[in-house]
Amino acid sequence: MKSRFLLLLLICCSSIWTKAEDVTISTLDSIQYLNEIVVTANKFKDVIPSQSLSGESLERINSLSVADAVRYFSGIQVKDYGGIGGLKTIDVRSMGSNHTAVFYDGIQIGNMQSGQVDLGKFSLDNIEEIVLYNGQKSNIFQPAKDFGASGTVYLQTNRPRFQKGKSYNLKGTFRIGSFSCINPSLLYEQKLTEDINLSANIEYLNASGEYKFRYRRVQNGVIKQDTTATRKNGDVESLRMEGNLHGWLDKGKWNVKAYYYNSERGIPGAIVGDKWDNQYQRQWDENFFVQGNYQKELFSGYELMINAKYANDYLKYNPDTSFRKSQINTFSQEELYVSLANKYSINPHWKVSLSADYQKNKLDSTVNMNQPERDMFLLSLATSYEKKDLRAMASLLMTHVEDNIQWNQNAFNKTVYTPGIFLYYDFPKTNLSLRAFYKKSFRMPSFNDLYYTDVVSQDLKPEYATQYNVGAQWDFLRNKADWQGNISIDAYYNRVKDKIVAIPNNSSLARWTMENLGKVKIKGIDISSKLTYRCPLDIIWDLHLQYTYQEARDYSTPEDKGVDGGTWGGQIPYIPWHSGSTILSAQYKSWNLAYSFIYVGERYNNSANIVDNHRQPWYTSDISLSKNFKYQHFDFKLTGEVNNLLDQQYEVIRNYPMPGRNYRLTLRISL
Amino acid sequence: MRTAHIFSLILLVCLLFVSCRDEYEILPSEKIVVSLPEYTSIDGFYLLNEGNMGMNKATLDYYDYKTGTYRRNIFGEANPTVIKELGDVGNDLKIYGNKLYVVVNCSNKIDVLDARTAVKLGQIDILNCRYINFHGAYAYVTSYDCPVQVNSIYEHNGYVAKIDTATLEVVDKCYVGQQPDELEIVGNNIYVANSGGYHKPHYDNTISVIDVSTFEETHRIEIAKNCYRLRVDSYAQLWISTRGDYNTQKPLLYCLDLATEQVVDCLDISVSDLCLSGDSLYIINTDWISGEVNYSIVDVEKRKLVSTNFITDGTDKIIRKPYGVLVNPITKDFYIPDAKNLLSPGTLYCFDKEGRQKWNVRTGDIPAHFAILGEYK
Repeated sequence: MKSRFLLLLLICCSSIWTKAEDVTISTLDSIQYLNEIVVTANKFKDVIPSQSLSGESLERINSLSVADAVRYFSGIQVKDYGGIGGLKTIDVRSMGSNHTAVFYDGIQIGNMQSGQVDLGKFSLDNIEEIVLYNGQKSNIFQPAKDFGASGTVYLQTNRPRFQKGKSYNLKGTFRIGSFSCINPSLLYEQKLTEDINLSANIEYLNASGEYKFRYRRVQNGVIKQDTTATRKNGDVESLRMEGNLHGWLDKGKWNVKAYYYNSERGIPGAIVGDKWDNQYQRQWDENFFVQGNYQKELFSGYELMINAKYANDYLKYNPDTSFRKSQINTFSQEELYVSLANKYSINPHWKVSLSADYQKNKLDSTVNMNQPERDMFLLSLATSYEKKDLRAMASLLMTHVEDNIQWNQNAFNKTVYTPGIFLYYDFPKTNLSLRAFYKKSFRMPSFNDLYYTDVVSQDLKPEYATQYNVGAQWDFLRNKADWQGNISIDAYYNRVKDKIVAIPNNSSLARWTMENLGKVKIKGIDISSKLTYRCPLDIIWDLHLQYTYQEARDYSTPEDKGVDGGTWGGQIPYIPWHSGSTILSAQYKSWNLAYSFIYVGERYNNSANIVDNHRQPWYTSDISLSKNFKYQHFDFKLTGEVNNLLDQQYEVIRNYPMPGRNYRLTLRISL
Repeated sequence: MRTAHIFSLILLVCLLFVSCRDEYEILPSEKIVVSLPEYTSIDGFYLLNEGNMGMNKATLDYYDYKTGTYRRNIFGEANPTVIKELGDVGNDLKIYGNKLYVVVNCSNKIDVLDARTAVKLGQIDILNCRYINFHGAYAYVTSYDCPVQVNSIYEHNGYVAKIDTATLEVVDKCYVGQQPDELEIVGNNIYVANSGGYHKPHYDNTISVIDVSTFEETHRIEIAKNCYRLRVDSYAQLWISTRGDYNTQKPLLYCLDLATEQVVDCLDISVSDLCLSGDSLYIINTDWISGEVNYSIVDVEKRKLVSTNFITDGTDKIIRKPYGVLVNPITKDFYIPDAKNLLSPGTLYCFDKEGRQKWNVRTGDIPAHFAILGEYK
């Protein structure tokens, strides 16, 4: 099985090469540029480089949502319950998805109710760049909140760019594909004045989400169970609208953004014995926010940044549409956020910053959830030093959280201090750089953790994470004409303590208690490499390799030490020891061929690492081919994709089957 | 060409860590010798592991007294072609005649197995089925008659299904109170504990009485909020555990005289599970808020609490979440399964009648329900 698969891949690869070279022999082309690099080391102002995916390289990986794209970052696991509409959350370096903060155009997307962001809801259609920072963005000039999380994902939407003499851009995209997916979108960008641009974007998605899956079990090599069924209730219909104003000032800039998202979806349930069709949960979402950013250098050395946001999120949930009298629950959340950041350069090498944020959250629900309100004050102090080959930064964040609730339950009230230190050193006259960081962070208990009525919370404490990281990058092909390449390696050690764990309490009624029980120690290695090569015959090759090794052990239950089937020291649920990905693309003139591969190794669905909980590895191969062409004033781009090419039947989460081979066709027209 | 080679090499290196993906095996049972053989008219007992919701991990274990062997997870091996095995969340287990009945709550079915071989003979489909009992040629099963869904309000009543044990067909239904749980059959009456568990805070507080011959509800007896478990003793008394409302109303254990249908006693004991052996009612309980665990024995003749910890050797300090209790009617050895955190494998502890641990063994997830195979009455 293994050798056959390897062979097949090799044949695939080598045939791609031979073909490409055959084609290119006769051609000489005038387009002489190196394409945007697949995963770039982002070096602008950050002390430590980050991982990012942007531009063309984002288009090459066959992804519909942000959740699909972030799988190509090292150190990341995506929890995916299957299909287009299913929940997808990300876990950075095994610290848990509640430790990951997601920022949309610079301001965090909040969800105080669950503490998690469903990245499946964020379309890639208008995303220009996705950046992942381990620890935090190592930049001192940012809101206090940006110093908070253990892992941070920044989503940057398209910024308007106009060719000379053009004052508007119009781009229409139409996508169809498997799961009866229809996905049109329209982007309009207008230059209002020399200094102000407007952009508007609308996207609609409709999919039945239905797909066939196969379930198979063998006994001593003989197939005993083999059945094919249809995954249902994964349908989704959504509408997204966004409007932006971008402005430039003398030594400054500003922008205002409005976002609206509305969706209805089925929530596909677990496929368990004799319950293959019984999938009746439904969810309706309505999200709206407006946010603004203003930054300017007021006088030499002093810069000011103001951020503000108002968000209104509405969620309606029907646990069982098959049942007439099923209770429909609604959850309304409001968030108000303001931030003021100041940066002062003491001298060209030494800078300091001070940021203050205030945030207010409110939850109103038909479930008796005690109508919680939360006030949050954040204050950060940071400094950076940069001289020659050394860059260093230190930050300290104070977070004060105060909850208000209706009736007598203990309201959460806490002040926490979290420091971070980041170092970077570039060896002179070599292509080698070193980096290191230490960071402490915490996640607050969410409203669900604290105030859900069928849950007993025992005076929850925040959940802390401590990270240590050392790494190196070698740009081994820095000064070559046709080659670009680097390899980076990071080793890390993380500790999560007081992990908030839900403990079911009673067999017949799902009563849970939330307790600070968990303790996890994580040792990991991330390796990533990128190579770009321009053949003499104008084929541009891009290769991105990424590999992660993680040992994430559960030390929550000392009573389990040495117990048969105990959890002590076991690998935590759904974290593979080995995982990795590859993206390989070849561009020739207006043609682009891309192959991407994701591998997730064996893992367990419980810290009791016994055979009943063992999950098989899974790996998927996706390919895409696209062609750009011009017709009159229009630019066209046509892309065909095949995902899960080898039609592997796999599950990311036990009993949630994933789709097999599927297809997509995209036509983009620009004017 | 050179470039192609370099690329191939890199790709090859990156793929080296790809280990193979195998087919999922139907897991074979595991045999563990835990004790010396013991020869009585009891051959062994089955233990049903519930498995947490959505995990599809209801599994069946069997302990054989004659070999002292514990066999873990026997269903798949005995029934390799049954897709997804027992299913999701086992809730009750009983042997009647030559058949073993496994009530699987979230899979909405009762698997009927051969009591000796555990080979599946048939299946009865009942929505949200809870507990089973028998009388004559029929099995009676309580059903909430609504999907398994907490945090929803299902105001209508549940029912008791009457099943022909020869054909395994549901022949009749009798509606009772809200979310009926355990049921006991005495003489010509079926007593059903109505919990109203989905109807918080307006729990049901009654026992339904069904006439076996007409299969109609004759009346209801008011007890207290959230009736759950029922046991009838040899003094024609029905012991009823109530769980209260998790707020002001405490969980209590009631004793109902069946002749007069009057509550004759009420003990301040909270019950997770119980097992009647002779005149001793073994009770285990985990307090739903403090997590405190109690092991007590009530003498049903005197209606008095006679022991507050029947585990005597300190093993009670190791057990985290006792989830059931079984007393061997002949040797009086007793068995306590520990469900731990409900997500990982549990442990079954065996104690002698003095309450000293004899052995323990790993079980499936959430070990909870027992059925004795053999003659003992």
